[in-house]
Amino acid sequence: MMEKKNNKSARVNLEKQQAQADCASCPVHHAANLKKLGVDMGSWDYVVALAGNPNTGKSTVFNALTGLRQHTGNWPGKTVTRAEGGFEYADHRYKLVDLPGTYSLLATSLDEEIARDFILFGQPDVTIVVVDASRLERNLNLVLQVLEITNRVVICLNLMDEVERHNMKVDHRRLARDLGVPVVPTVARYNEGLEELLDAVREVASGETLAKPYNVKYIHPKLDLAVSRLVEQIEEAFPQVPNARWVALRLLDGDERIIRAVEEGELGELTYTREDLEGVGASHVSQKSGFAQ
Amino acid sequence: MKDNYERILQSARDLRWDIGGDFHEKIMEALYTDATRIADRAVVYPDEKPRFDLDRTIDRLVTSRVWGFPLMILMLTLVFWLTISGANVPSGMLYSLLIDTVHPFLKSVAASIGLPWWLDGLLIDGAYLATAWVVSVMLPPMAIFFPLFTLLEDFGYLPRVAFNLDHIFRKAGAHGKQALSMTMGFGCNAAGVISTRIIDSPRERLIAIITNNFSLCNGRWPTQILIATIFIGSLVPAHLGGVISALSVVGIALLGVLLTFLVSWALSRTILKGEVSTFNLELPPYRPPRILQTLYTSVIDRTLIVLWRAVVFALPAGLAIWLSANVMIGGVSIAEHLITFLNPFGLLLGLNGVILVAYIVAIPANEIVIPTILMLTVLVSGLSTVGEGAGVMFELESGVATLDILTAGGWTLLTGVNLMLFSLIHNPCSTTIYTIYKETGSVKWTTIASLLPVVMGIVVTFFTAQIWRLIAGM
Repeated sequence: MMEKKNNKSARVNLEKQQAQADCASCPVHHAANLKKLGVDMGSWDYVVALAGNPNTGKSTVFNALTGLRQHTGNWPGKTVTRAEGGFEYADHRYKLVDLPGTYSLLATSLDEEIARDFILFGQPDVTIVVVDASRLERNLNLVLQVLEITNRVVICLNLMDEVERHNMKVDHRRLARDLGVPVVPTVARYNEGLEELLDAVREVASGETLAKPYNVKYIHPKLDLAVSRLVEQIEEAFPQVPNARWVALRLLDGDERIIRAVEEGELGELTYTREDLEGVGASHVSQKSGFAQ
Repeated sequence: MKDNYERILQSARDLRWDIGGDFHEKIMEALYTDATRIADRAVVYPDEKPRFDLDRTIDRLVTSRVWGFPLMILMLTLVFWLTISGANVPSGMLYSLLIDTVHPFLKSVAASIGLPWWLDGLLIDGAYLATAWVVSVMLPPMAIFFPLFTLLEDFGYLPRVAFNLDHIFRKAGAHGKQALSMTMGFGCNAAGVISTRIIDSPRERLIAIITNNFSLCNGRWPTQILIATIFIGSLVPAHLGGVISALSVVGIALLGVLLTFLVSWALSRTILKGEVSTFNLELPPYRPPRILQTLYTSVIDRTLIVLWRAVVFALPAGLAIWLSANVMIGGVSIAEHLITFLNPFGLLLGLNGVILVAYIVAIPANEIVIPTILMLTVLVSGLSTVGEGAGVMFELESGVATLDILTAGGWTLLTGVNLMLFSLIHNPCSTTIYTIYKETGSVKWTTIASLLPVVMGIVVTFFTAQIWRLIAGM
């Protein structure tokens, strides 16, 4: 039964891809497929988060998809609050949440905490990590950290025009294979590759693409044993938690926010409403300070 | 359940002892190693480095110790010069349309349908004229200034400004990223205050919030530009007027930057003592600005939204001013009572009662300072040849006519200079005050951030006036 349905949707998908290939250059086709809903998003099928290092073009992607005009600027740290908007693509309505740009998810500053809290507790159906393709190595730190929290990830390999300008080449297929999640090259400033990005998002959201995300290899004596013992206890206390290994690592690292989440049982509240996160803003400033980098 | 949670935390604590203290470093190391390995496999670098790297050459210039600051000042001056000289003509055109043509037309319509004089005055001379003035005076400079500023931003110049200013901020005991929130403040202080969220340490963030008001916001640019044009630009031959006016506006803006440093320094040595934290500032690559999109977003996002805000506040202010000028107590209007009361204090500061009343009226929006001043000046100096009678907010076609009015109201060069200073150094507008409260969640810090600048403004203008009069009196 299930298989049949999958087959059918695969065939439909194939036909659609054919159709897309035929008239991909036609602007009418694009306009018909992507409906920018702006802030009008009464109900939605999927929630999509936009994460990434500062100044990689998250807000540009956000604006291109929602038709909103969130202010963009060429400097890191421009987006410090969460912006939300909506779009409709291939019969599904999506809510898109633009997170502040961060270099890591270790939550040492308020913007990092906002980003991490949303990916962790907001439980988006898909997290798009926007990556500066011309500075791949530095950007992958964040990607690997996101992959530890969730496997519902699409990598938006943005700024491909700058890769070209610097005479570099980035093999996105290789990258997708290594990371175990879809990787889509884009130039968001000029709306290139967004159609493909949306397809990848749709496939991850609907479960058509099942990711096998890369796990960071921690070569450390005693660590494996410690992690597996903690994972056992965590899974017993919070059977719904999808990323017990990551939680275990954070606890071992003494992460105050996660310790608090365990203490108060917050980790078990999978019904955590997205509206509750509105208050994440200024009300609690991180206790720690200084950059982890 | 609670026991369960506690048990997890307990075993985490025990295990942490087991695995040793270098755990955090090991995790970071593993992350970096894996990131490097994966990136190396996916990226192919060019065989030969290009001989000439444009980005690096520009960077070496704009962030150089010798040329960094002069280039920054030059760039700012150019932006203001283009704004000042470019805004004159369209401003005049809008003025003649909205005030010379539409206003008499509305008056004649009102007369023909027999509107009572007070309703006619309230709506047409109060609300309409106030709005028309704000549109004709603010729209042209903003429509030039914001796109230019946004182009600089899109190009990637702002982080270089931050880079240049970073070491000064650190010497002042503040966070280098404050350079970015300060730059945001040049657009709007409320936005600048929100942007301080990029600063992680609460201490340094408070410093950035309190000093953000010293960034001239777009509600205050028009005041600076107008006063500079009619008082300072008129001191020199006409062909130099534009440049000199632009330079004096840049001077005020730079004074604001200087005050930001000084106040940050003073705060970090008194009520906000602490260590300076370090951070990485990434200089983004230069990107060719998207001209059309920049024009579109800066016109829609910044110009029209700011203009709309100004109109929203100018409308009720126009009503209130007309009322205060026409409601009499003991034969004298309310406005005149207030002005007479505040005048001695105003004169002590090299200002006058009119200006102080205007600043009280303008707490919701700095944009309406100048129209309020002109209207009240006409009212108290008893000029009857201009405007449309008592309590009319208006603007004059030429700077010379504005100068005539202000001179008749007892204004001197000192009044102009001190108005520019006071416009830089006074309390934040009510939107910013509310934002500060929301961001800090503290009445104490909101009060300090609101009162500190206005007290400083009073001190600065007082001493400027005393010294000026001493020199002029000799």
